[in-house]
Amino acid sequence: MSENIINVSNLAKCYPLVHQEKWVAGLRHSLENTLRNPASWFRGAPKHEELFWALKDVSFSVKMGEVIGVIGRNGAGKSTLLKILSRITEPTKGRVELNGRVSSLLEVGSGFHGDLSGRENIFLNGAILGMTKAEIEKKFDEIVAFSECEKFLDTPVKRYSSGMGMRLAFSVAAHLEPEILIVDEVLAVGDAAFQKKCLGKMQEVSNTKGRTVLFVSHNMAAVQQLTTRSIVMDKGMVKFFGSTDEAVEIYSSTAGAEAATFFDVDKTPRKLKFSGAVRFVHFRFDRVAPYFEAGEDFSFCAKVRASEDVPQFRVSLTISTEEGTAVGACFGPERPGLRRGEETEVKITLKNPRLAPGRYSCTVAVGRGSHRTTQTDFDVVPDTLTFEVLPEEGEAGTVAAWHRHWGSVAFPDLAY
Amino acid sequence: MSHKLVLEAGRTERQYWRDLWRYRELFYFLAWRDFMVRYKQTLVGVAWSLVRPVLTMAVLTVVVKLGKLPTGTVPGPLFVFAAMLPWQFFSTAMSESGTSLLNNSNLLTKVYFPRLVMPVSAVIVSLVDFFISGVFLAVLMAIFRFVPPVQVFFLPLIILMVFAAAVGTGLWLAALMVKYRDVRFIVQFLVQFGLYASPVILKTSMVPEQWHGLPLRLLYFINPVVGIIDGFRWCLLGGDNLIYWPGFLVSTVVVLTVLVSGLWYFRSMERTFADNI
Repeated sequence: MSENIINVSNLAKCYPLVHQEKWVAGLRHSLENTLRNPASWFRGAPKHEELFWALKDVSFSVKMGEVIGVIGRNGAGKSTLLKILSRITEPTKGRVELNGRVSSLLEVGSGFHGDLSGRENIFLNGAILGMTKAEIEKKFDEIVAFSECEKFLDTPVKRYSSGMGMRLAFSVAAHLEPEILIVDEVLAVGDAAFQKKCLGKMQEVSNTKGRTVLFVSHNMAAVQQLTTRSIVMDKGMVKFFGSTDEAVEIYSSTAGAEAATFFDVDKTPRKLKFSGAVRFVHFRFDRVAPYFEAGEDFSFCAKVRASEDVPQFRVSLTISTEEGTAVGACFGPERPGLRRGEETEVKITLKNPRLAPGRYSCTVAVGRGSHRTTQTDFDVVPDTLTFEVLPEEGEAGTVAAWHRHWGSVAFPDLAY
Repeated sequence: MSHKLVLEAGRTERQYWRDLWRYRELFYFLAWRDFMVRYKQTLVGVAWSLVRPVLTMAVLTVVVKLGKLPTGTVPGPLFVFAAMLPWQFFSTAMSESGTSLLNNSNLLTKVYFPRLVMPVSAVIVSLVDFFISGVFLAVLMAIFRFVPPVQVFFLPLIILMVFAAAVGTGLWLAALMVKYRDVRFIVQFLVQFGLYASPVILKTSMVPEQWHGLPLRLLYFINPVVGIIDGFRWCLLGGDNLIYWPGFLVSTVVVLTVLVSGLWYFRSMERTFADNI
């Protein structure tokens, strides 16, 4: 059982950065080059292109039956690594040894054809993933039972809900019984019950059948539940490979270093002109990373400076989604005033705003009055303060799923 | 371990042919998918794959009659249809397999399988259409009470030749199209002009007297479809439809060259498909 099933050594992948004009020139450009210098055709592309190294010198090895988490910010090289492991693209340098069949979970729709029925798609998808017809027939009932799509087997897949499509896709891939299964962010789709079932299936596959699973996710709770060891990718390199708890900590801190917790707004020009009697100097989150867990109080510190004597002031804020839709706003009570030139740091707390998991930005204003009285603003800093709300833990250690179309506020549980 | 696999720059080669064998059923499944999908939500279904060749044949027969073009000892419709059969197979197979990679780019960037499966299975779909039209040709022969000559037994060989020609060109076009979308338009032209450049309504022996001095007539056969059509008429119709053997040989060499070079080019570009598409 201790044999290495995946050996990656000094793996690197580089992509040429092609600029738009050159791309448009496409065929003409190549033809011209080839005609001018016929020998170049055999030697390949000219070497003066700009290169981007998506992976640099990645080495690690995984033992049989391990479930490994792969975490990292967007663009850290996770997908490139997976693409190489699943043989979609070739490494530029380095070497990978795989001691088993690799299968990666398809996104819904990529292996499916909408016009074909569920039944037909099971066969098609299975064949694309490398199963033989006999194998699929043998597993057919199991696949159907797991996907819970019995009733819709003869319905074209284009009429399926995205959750149903995902269930079917997961079922086919999970029953392929590869030695190495690559799962990339699938748990984002599907309801909590199915998520739990998938996590269970993955655990079963690794525990009882000795399969290896590479689990890629931004969902720390799921990674922590499913894996004991994890790889942290950062800027195309393996930053850490070890216990998942440590990995998550490292990920959160690197993520924090990139996602700012301190916002200097003293010199930044304001889009909206106000009196500026009191101006913001900076904002900062009093934590290592701008992450809040669902259900947690939202708080930050704001430093203000007065340019004239102000008897009283209050802070107000509007929280918007990533897309710029306002979720809600609130006002703070008036505070004792400031003298001209005086600075003070105010800690602002919004008790459990019930924000759903996702990214948000915060527009902060300092002024007088509220929606109940007349109000004036001295200074407004729009959308500078950005933060993320992480999903809470669901039932029995799974991750609670919040669908985007449910909105940005998680209301309290219902009472009857 | 049975599935040991080493991935290195430029070395994915090794397992390729073994993989192709392992994925052999995918040829069938992809062809089956394309065939099924084409006639979903249509009223007449598979009948459509008959309508097109029959109508084209009818139009071309009228052209032949109006132009008083010689059809030799055989009835006009048979003369035209025997040539249209391979031409339509070649032209649809070539353009379908040429666009196959592009049309399946979502698969190409998500899953591994030997990419060769894609263009080849597109050709297989056209082959099915070809056989359906073939049945119609048999019916047509029965109507005209036309008995094919003995050489009809050579027909499978000629079919193999069109298949090879279609796969070869398809591979070239598919691999080029991943990088250069220009090729998509070139294919349209090839299909349009090809009909005129190939002797669908003509007899190849109609090449003017003064051309019969060797090189020029042979030049015509560089278009492999010319040799193929010649072969088809000879097998199916016989009579005065003779094969011009030197020309046929030229066509065969061209087909083999295109097939081998197509395979080579496709294989050498294959590893960068996912990055370029």
